[in-house]
Amino acid sequence: MTSNVGIVIVSHSPDVARGTADMVRQMVGTEVPLAWCGGAPDGSLGSSVEAIMAAIGRAWSERGVAVLVDLGGAETNSEMAIEMLPEERRGRVVVCNAPIVEGAVIAATEASGGATLEEVRRTAEELSPV
Amino acid sequence: MIFEDALKRRLIAAVADTVFAHADELGALDRAIGDGDHGINMKRGFEAVIADLDQLAAKPLPDLLKGLGTHLVMKVGGASGPLYGTLFMALGKELPADPGLGDATRAFAAAIAAVKARGKSDVGQKTMLDVLAPALDALAESGGDLPRRVSETVQRAAEATKPMRATRGRASFLGERSIGHVDPGARSSALIISAVAEVLGGAA
Repeated sequence: MTSNVGIVIVSHSPDVARGTADMVRQMVGTEVPLAWCGGAPDGSLGSSVEAIMAAIGRAWSERGVAVLVDLGGAETNSEMAIEMLPEERRGRVVVCNAPIVEGAVIAATEASGGATLEEVRRTAEELSPV
Repeated sequence: MIFEDALKRRLIAAVADTVFAHADELGALDRAIGDGDHGINMKRGFEAVIADLDQLAAKPLPDLLKGLGTHLVMKVGGASGPLYGTLFMALGKELPADPGLGDATRAFAAAIAAVKARGKSDVGQKTMLDVLAPALDALAESGGDLPRRVSETVQRAAEATKPMRATRGRASFLGERSIGHVDPGARSSALIISAVAEVLGGAA
């Protein structure tokens, strides 16, 4: 299982993150390490660097982890979380510039076929409006 | 200038107090053009800072700033967490333990560059940078009553974000409708810088 790139879903809302992860599991299966987090440190809507770092740890794969985010703060907090990872992991986590639900499903589909982190990211980002 | 523990404590408390006192106002500004949580997020971040006040104030200034920045990164929960966290952590990285004005100016310039990189943003996009950059200019000009000049500059700069159109951050979703409101991040930056200037002005 660790031979595939991992996927992390970061939303402002735990419901959105969990729901997106459910869709990935049902559509793509269990071949891809998957974790989600949502909500600020106090449980309100937002994102938590600590929770994002933990989610990256849960979905860790030696081949890397692709992070899908919803709005601004989730992106900035994810980038911050990546910088705070141990140095040997930092270079193997990327935030995909893609819509969270479609991006997570397509990224996981790509990852399940054994694609590299860069291929997973590129495929997810093809969904973004130019 | 020598940063004794009592001064460091006063600085931290003054910054936290102004955030607490203006949390509702920051929330109202953010409700107008964002998602309304800037006040409550900043308040939560500085509550974590105040809970750690004794330990932070006992640290040398660079470690204090890094520690304070880390609390904000971990507790704020919005984009302002990493942005303010980056600002304080970069200051901590750049400043010596007892900085002079020249050190402060150099460190502040480096910290602004770090915030720009973190937010992928620049001056003129209706963000905290529209207060930080004029504050640096005021710091770099010599002469006169520096704390007061910095304080007046940042208040004016925050007000000046009102007619601007946001092109970065949540407010940019509103396009033209972001015009006519002070940017909440610009306002909180002005409040924090004013609080620091006031304490340092009294201590000098």
